[in-house]
Amino acid sequence: MEQTYAIEMLNITKRFPGIVANDNITLQLKKGEIHALLGENGAGKSTLMSVLFGLYRPEEGTIKKDGQVVEIKDPNDANALGIGMVHQHFKLVECFSVLDNIILGVEPCSHGFLQKAEARKKVLALSEKYGLHVDPDAMVEDITVGMQQRTEILKMLYRENEILIFDEPTAVLTPQEIEELMQIMRNLAAEGKSILFISHKLNEIMSVADRCSVLRKGRYIGTVNIKDTSREELSRMMVGRDVEFVVHKEPARPGKTILEVEGLTVASKSHGNNAVKDVSFTVRAGEIVCIAGIDGNGQTELVYGLTGLEPLKGGRITLEGQDITHASIRKRSTLGMSHIPEDRHKHGLVLDYTLEDNMVLQRYFQPEFVNRAGFLKRKAIRDYAGRLIEQYDVRSGQGPVTIARSMSGGNQQKAIVAREIDKAPELLIAVQPTRGLDVGAIEYIHKQIVAQRDAGKGVLLVSLELDEVMALSDRILVMYEGEIVGQLDPKTTTVEELGLYMAGAKREGA
Amino acid sequence: MKEQKRSLLRNDAVQSLLASLLCILIGLLVGYVVLLLINPAGAGEAISTIVKNFMTYSRRNAQLKYLGSTLVKTAPLLMCSLSVLFAYKAGLFNIGAAGQYVVGAGASLYCALALGMPWYVCMLAAIAAGALLGAVSGVLKAYFNVNEVISCIMLNWISLYAVNTLLSQVKEATSPYTLNLANTNPDAILPALPSFCMAWFNDNQYVTIAVPLAVMMAVLIWVLLEKTKMGYELKATGFNKAAARYCGMRENKNLILTMAISGGLAAMGASMLFLTGFEQWQCTQSSIPGMGFNGIAAAFLGGLNPLGTILSSYFIQHITNGGAYVDKTMYSAQISDFISALIIYLCGFVLFFKYALNSRMDRREEKKRAASAEDREKGGTEQ
Repeated sequence: MEQTYAIEMLNITKRFPGIVANDNITLQLKKGEIHALLGENGAGKSTLMSVLFGLYRPEEGTIKKDGQVVEIKDPNDANALGIGMVHQHFKLVECFSVLDNIILGVEPCSHGFLQKAEARKKVLALSEKYGLHVDPDAMVEDITVGMQQRTEILKMLYRENEILIFDEPTAVLTPQEIEELMQIMRNLAAEGKSILFISHKLNEIMSVADRCSVLRKGRYIGTVNIKDTSREELSRMMVGRDVEFVVHKEPARPGKTILEVEGLTVASKSHGNNAVKDVSFTVRAGEIVCIAGIDGNGQTELVYGLTGLEPLKGGRITLEGQDITHASIRKRSTLGMSHIPEDRHKHGLVLDYTLEDNMVLQRYFQPEFVNRAGFLKRKAIRDYAGRLIEQYDVRSGQGPVTIARSMSGGNQQKAIVAREIDKAPELLIAVQPTRGLDVGAIEYIHKQIVAQRDAGKGVLLVSLELDEVMALSDRILVMYEGEIVGQLDPKTTTVEELGLYMAGAKREGA
Repeated sequence: MKEQKRSLLRNDAVQSLLASLLCILIGLLVGYVVLLLINPAGAGEAISTIVKNFMTYSRRNAQLKYLGSTLVKTAPLLMCSLSVLFAYKAGLFNIGAAGQYVVGAGASLYCALALGMPWYVCMLAAIAAGALLGAVSGVLKAYFNVNEVISCIMLNWISLYAVNTLLSQVKEATSPYTLNLANTNPDAILPALPSFCMAWFNDNQYVTIAVPLAVMMAVLIWVLLEKTKMGYELKATGFNKAAARYCGMRENKNLILTMAISGGLAAMGASMLFLTGFEQWQCTQSSIPGMGFNGIAAAFLGGLNPLGTILSSYFIQHITNGGAYVDKTMYSAQISDFISALIIYLCGFVLFFKYALNSRMDRREEKKRAASAEDREKGGTEQ
C-alpha cells in the first residue's frame, strides 16, 4: 500500500448500448515504469485509454493521480494532469514544420507575437536529453514516419507531461525504428516518466515493459511482472483458453481448386512498403480457409486485391480456371465470387437505400430485376427481398421498405450475408463476418458459412477473432506484416501456437 | 390516431413542403424588415407587390399576359434546377449549371442566327454543347480528381467569354445585342402552344411549348431517378461511393454521364428561353446570368424532388418578376433583385429545417421510449 502510483484507474466500467466495453477494470501505473496494456482487438484497450484521456466518462470507477482522486472531463483536464498520448494515427499538421507542430496550442507569445526562438531552444534541449533526433525546421509531410513519431513524443515532453501513453506505436515503424523507439522509452522511464504502452505484439512487450496488464473482451484478466512471465503465458491470457462458440461441423472433404493465388502483391496506402508481399495460396471446394492475423498485417489489402477494389502490384489470381487478375469487380462477382466486406457501412450497404434495394445490390442488373428498357422490376425486387428476409430471418421495422440505416448491426450483417450467399457463389470471401455482433447472430452466421462449405463452395474467411478462426476453419494461414508466415491445421494446433505466429514470434521455416 | 400523425410528419415529401413554406415565410419576413429599414413608408406595399407579381395589374388581360411572361422564364429556371438536382442525387454539386446554361444560349443562338437552323436543331445543339461542357468537369473529376465545384466555376467564366465572342458575329450593328430572332430566322422560334392554350395567356407570343416541355422533363427526370436501373446506380453512387464500387458499378462512367446529362439539362433550359425571342443575348455582358445559380436555390427549395422543383421554380420566378414592379421612386432599382436574392438565399435552409425537424422528433421519440421502458421496469418490480 506504500507504493505510490502515478495513475490509478480503479474499477472502471464503461458501457455502450448493447455492450460493456470496460467491465470493472483496474489499472495501476507506477512512477517510472513501462506498463504494457495487452489485449486483442475489441478487448477494451482503446476505451480504457479514452476514459483516461477524458474522451469518455465512465459509469463507474475512480481515477487517482498520485493518490488523489481526480476528475477528467475532457482532454484539457488530462493535459493539465500531465497525461499525454501518442495516437496510433499521428495528429500532426502536415504542412507545418516540426517546431510549429510541437508548440501548437501552447505557443509562447509576447504581446500577440510568437516567441519561437525560446521554443526552439527548449525543443532542442529536450531532443538532446532523450536522444530524440528531429529537424525542427523540416515540414512534417517531408519527414519519415519515425521522425513524425519522435515529434509526437516531443510534443508530450514539451508540455511537461509525466504520464505518457503510447497507442500501438510500433504498428507503422520499421524494425530499426522500433528498436530505436524501445531505447527512447527506456530513457524516458529512467528519467522518471511513467509510460503506458498499448500493444498486442508480445516480443515488444517482453523486451521493453516492466509489467503487463491484460484485457480480454472488456474484462480485466490480470497484471504480471514481465520478468516472471513468458510469451506463452501472455498469449494465453490475451486470447483465453476456452473457445466460446462451438460450431458443429463434419470433417471437410475438399474437392477441386476454386481459387488460386500466386505471388499476390498489393501496395499500401498508408506507407511506402507493400501491404501484401508475394502471397500464394489456394482455396478448394468444400473447405474453409482462414486468414488469421492481427489487424493491419495486410489482410484488408489482400481482400481488396482479390475482389478488385484495389489494383494489384503483381501476381496472378485464378478463379475456377479463369484468369481474373485484371477482371473488373462486376466480372469477378458474376463469375461466382461473393464478398462479405469488412466494413458493412462503408462497402456492404447503401445505408440510405431501403432493405429491398440493398438486397439486390449485386443483382439489380440481371434480367430478373430489370427490363430491356432499363426500368427496374419493382415487384420482382420486392418479392425477392421478401423471400430473403424470411429465409435468413432478417428483422426490421417495416420489412423490405425499411431504410437500412435504421436497422440493427446484426440484421444489417444478416442482410449482407443473405445477399452474398443467395447469389450462389463458387467462392465466398467473408471478412470479419461477425464483428460487433451478439452471440445469436454470430452463431447464425457461422452456421451459414459452414453450410456453404458443405454445399461444396470454397470459403475464404478473414478474421481477427481467434475463437472464430479455431471454430470454423479447415486450414489456417497466418498473415504477419503482409506475408503468410505459417499454415496450420486447426485440429493439431493450439491457440497459444497460433498467437505466437500472429504476434510474429514464430514463423515457418525460420 | 397519434401514430398516423407521426408517420405523416415523418413523410419526406410532407417534411420538404413544410420546410420550404417555412423558408419562404422567413424570407418574406426578413425582406420586409429590410424594406422597413430603408424606407418604412413603402415597405408594406412593396412586399405585397413582390408577392402579387402579375396580380398588381387590375385588368384581367394584362394579368394573364404577365403570368405568361413569368412562365416563359420559369421554364429555363426549372431546367437549371433539374440540372443541379440530378447531379446532386449522384453526389455531385453542379455549380456549373450557370456555365452550361451560357453555352446552351450560345449554341442555340449561333445555330439559329448564323446557320439558319430550325428550332429543334438549335435545341439539340444547345443540349450537346451543355452535355459536353458538363462532361469536361466529369472527366476532370473522374480521372484527375479535380473537384467539380472548382472546375465548374472556372468553366463558367470560360463559357461566358467564349459565348460573347461567338455571338458577336451575329449581333446587331448598333447595339451589343444579338439579332432579333423573329426577323432573322422565324423557323428557329419555338412553336407556340395550341390556340386555346394561348388564350389562357392573352396570346402572349413568348409562351411556347417550352413551358410544357420543361414540366415533362421534370417528370422524366423523376422517372429516370426513381424507376430505372440508371437512377438506381446514380443514387447509390451519390449515397455511398464505396458501396457502389464494391458492387461493381462503374463510378467513373456514371460520374461523367451524370455531369453530361446535368449539363444538357441546363443548356436545354437556355434554348427554351432564347429560342422564344423573349430575350436577346448581350455580347458585352461581364457577369454570368443568374439563372444557373437560381437553379441551385430552386432545387433545394423544391426539396430535391423533381416534382417539387416545378413549384419552387415557379415561386422563385414569381417573386423575381414581382420585384420588378416595386415602386422605384421609393426604392432603388436594385431592390427587386435584392429582395428576391434574400428569399432565394433563405431557400437554401430547407435541408437545415428538415434536419432540425427530424432531430427534434427523434429526441421526442427517444424520450417516449425511455419513459415507456421505465414504466415497464416499474411494472416489473411491482410484480
